[in-house]
Amino acid sequence: MTGKAQAQTVLRLSHITKHFGALTANDDVSFELKRGEVIALLGENGAGKTTLMNILFGQYTADAGEVEVFGQTLPPGNPRAALDAGVGMVHQHFTLAGNLTVWENIVLGTQALGALRLDAKAAKAKIAALSKRFHLAVDPESKVGRLSVGERQRVEILKALYREARILILDEPTAVLTPQESDALFATLREAVGQGLSVVFISHKLHEVMAISDRTVVLRHGKLVAERATSETSREELAALMVDGEVSAPKIEAMPPGPALMRLAGVSTKGEGRAPGLHAVDLTLHAGQITGLAGVSGNGQKALSDLISGLANPVSGRFEIAGEPVTDWSPRRALARKIGRIPEDRHHTGTIADFDLTENAVLETYARDFARHGWMDWKGARAQAEGLIGTYDVRCPGPDTRIRLLSGGNMQKLILGRVLETAPRIILANQPVRGLDIGAVNYVHGRLAEAREKGAAVLLISEDLDEIMKLSDVIHVISEGRLSPGFARGTMRADELGQWMAGEGFAQPTEAAHAS
Amino acid sequence: MDIFEILTSAAFWAAAIRIASPLIFATMGELICERAGVLNLGIEGIMVAGAFAGWIAVWAGLPLWGGVAVAFVTGMAFGLLHGIFSVPFGLSQHVVGIGVTLLATSLTFYTYRVVLPEVSSPPKITAFQPVEIPLLSKIPLIGPALFNQTPLTYAAFILVGLVALVLYRTPLGLAVRAAGESPSAVAAQGLSVTAIRMGAVIVGSGFMAVGGAFLTLSAFDSFFFDMVNGRGWICIALVVFGVWKPGKALLGAILFAAFDALQIRLQQTTIGAVVPYQLFLMLPYILSILALVLMSRRAEVPAALMVPFNKGER
Repeated sequence: MTGKAQAQTVLRLSHITKHFGALTANDDVSFELKRGEVIALLGENGAGKTTLMNILFGQYTADAGEVEVFGQTLPPGNPRAALDAGVGMVHQHFTLAGNLTVWENIVLGTQALGALRLDAKAAKAKIAALSKRFHLAVDPESKVGRLSVGERQRVEILKALYREARILILDEPTAVLTPQESDALFATLREAVGQGLSVVFISHKLHEVMAISDRTVVLRHGKLVAERATSETSREELAALMVDGEVSAPKIEAMPPGPALMRLAGVSTKGEGRAPGLHAVDLTLHAGQITGLAGVSGNGQKALSDLISGLANPVSGRFEIAGEPVTDWSPRRALARKIGRIPEDRHHTGTIADFDLTENAVLETYARDFARHGWMDWKGARAQAEGLIGTYDVRCPGPDTRIRLLSGGNMQKLILGRVLETAPRIILANQPVRGLDIGAVNYVHGRLAEAREKGAAVLLISEDLDEIMKLSDVIHVISEGRLSPGFARGTMRADELGQWMAGEGFAQPTEAAHAS
Repeated sequence: MDIFEILTSAAFWAAAIRIASPLIFATMGELICERAGVLNLGIEGIMVAGAFAGWIAVWAGLPLWGGVAVAFVTGMAFGLLHGIFSVPFGLSQHVVGIGVTLLATSLTFYTYRVVLPEVSSPPKITAFQPVEIPLLSKIPLIGPALFNQTPLTYAAFILVGLVALVLYRTPLGLAVRAAGESPSAVAAQGLSVTAIRMGAVIVGSGFMAVGGAFLTLSAFDSFFFDMVNGRGWICIALVVFGVWKPGKALLGAILFAAFDALQIRLQQTTIGAVVPYQLFLMLPYILSILALVLMSRRAEVPAALMVPFNKGER
């Protein structure tokens, strides 16, 4: 390790500006990365972090400004040049081909396309050596589609290292990991930095930024608003810089749980493809309570939300709503039983992108409330949409706007309004704030807290453990379709929940339930 | 003649291999396109165009292999057209493919009338003749079936091996497969998805056209308007049947061809005297559908098949 050469600047971004239509994603951003340094690029969702890194990596072309790597200016819009210059990027959404093996994914593009033979043997040997050196255990022969999310991320990092990347960019790398997997990732990064690599670490999680970075660069609305040595700043200061001043997160006051509104006893459902079904799940949702469901994605969250929203039927076990057994379950019946649904994917299941706000506002109730003698009551529907826009602060040109033109936050507000206007008894909130900026996050959380106070039972499904711990009265962890016992607010630390998320503790559930 | 006798006769298998040959070329062409992520429904029309182009070139005086080359280039031209609309423009591959089929078919008939305005029946050429391979052709059953074919049939079998080698053993093949699985992975590794997909569609279309030319240059010695007769669509099914793998697709082509050869012979048996011949004509298709259902149950479809890739899109 050539520690004293650390003054060397390996990467310099100067005056990067990028517009997407009317939106300014990056506004005159400049910073430098030194050899052996970890820079945290901190900012809210939508602050322009990913855009900036995609420009650096040549996937977007900047409107102005330039990128310099090891003193050489990179040609804009050319990922190949960035790769050749030694920049490796681990995207938030992995760029892996699921049907190819690990080694094929890694080798792709590294050997001349005109070559008559793919040198598999040398490639595998090199991958094995890298795996060992950076503690990135993964089987080179297995198909990527069969790997866990954590393993896939290791493949992405290996891809960069295989190309001898000297600058590693990681875009929200911990978003999909358990706390334990995150720790392993940090260990790998420290190892890499020790061997002379430089890292740009994109995140909006303050504790990670504090843990891993030497320097923090804060972006807000596309502008670089601050640059701090991490050792000389604090979580509080960074939080304030990130969101521009005070943020009022909703307060959850303790209140006694009401009657049980939904009860699952030993309920199992069928899995779907590689997604697991539920295995003998016990879950009770009480009025006036937020029940949080923590877990790594793809562990049965979908099975549970499908069951509750009426898209799936149990194959065994007892399923009761307000004390009555449920039979012949369907989405329509779920609506009739006053279950409100905020779906996981607001773009595909929550809304119809090319329908306007009016049509989207009445998607669930049009047949019952907005039709007369088989004819649509568009006037009423439009009034409903206008009401939602006003009440739920949906920022949009009007009810005739196609919903695809709205930002995620405004889209989610409309969905939220659509749900809450029906005064649901049970609210299924599946990833309700994923990808939203902090203002919208607080808004959605506040409304959910309000519904709880009015006596609704809320099931909050999220991969963000902080969100779960902040809002939930009771926390369950889901792993491979099994459900942990419920942990009351404040009885479990994040790392303890993390162990459950990793699948530990399920063997002796009764014992572990009291382990805290 | 009973079925057992038919199935153990060398003449039957020789016919099956002959019938399979055009399917093999076109199926390999389609497989290349689909592996890169482009469904090429232009196949039927490109086969028609290839059949005509190869034949007319030989009629005009080119050697037989020259005709094959002309067919290949004709196919590449239609592949280029398909590629421009489906790859950089990212238009619906169904619509583009059907458009290319209609265009190639009509253009062929138009050209035919322009070149041969006066003829009532198309002129004949001297087609490829069977070449016996020394020693190998003496093996009982297999010898006369496999090793007494025309050079173009041998080329079809060699092509299958080549396609498999390139797809699985070269960096280029890996890039093609990855383009059909996850174009964003290809782009992130610094390769051009557009170039890879365009290349695959152009070359694949070339082989489709050679499949068509087999009909005029090897199977028959002349060109008829309806001679391709849905073979292109069969090849689309064969790619699925072969779960996008060259070897299995080859098996599928031979199987289909064997049923086709079988039905002709069954018509001449004692059963053929009582059963309407149309039922026999249906046989290869019915059995193909059954085989398709069985084979493609657990098929791993290229994940990005029919998904256009736009660089820099949010």
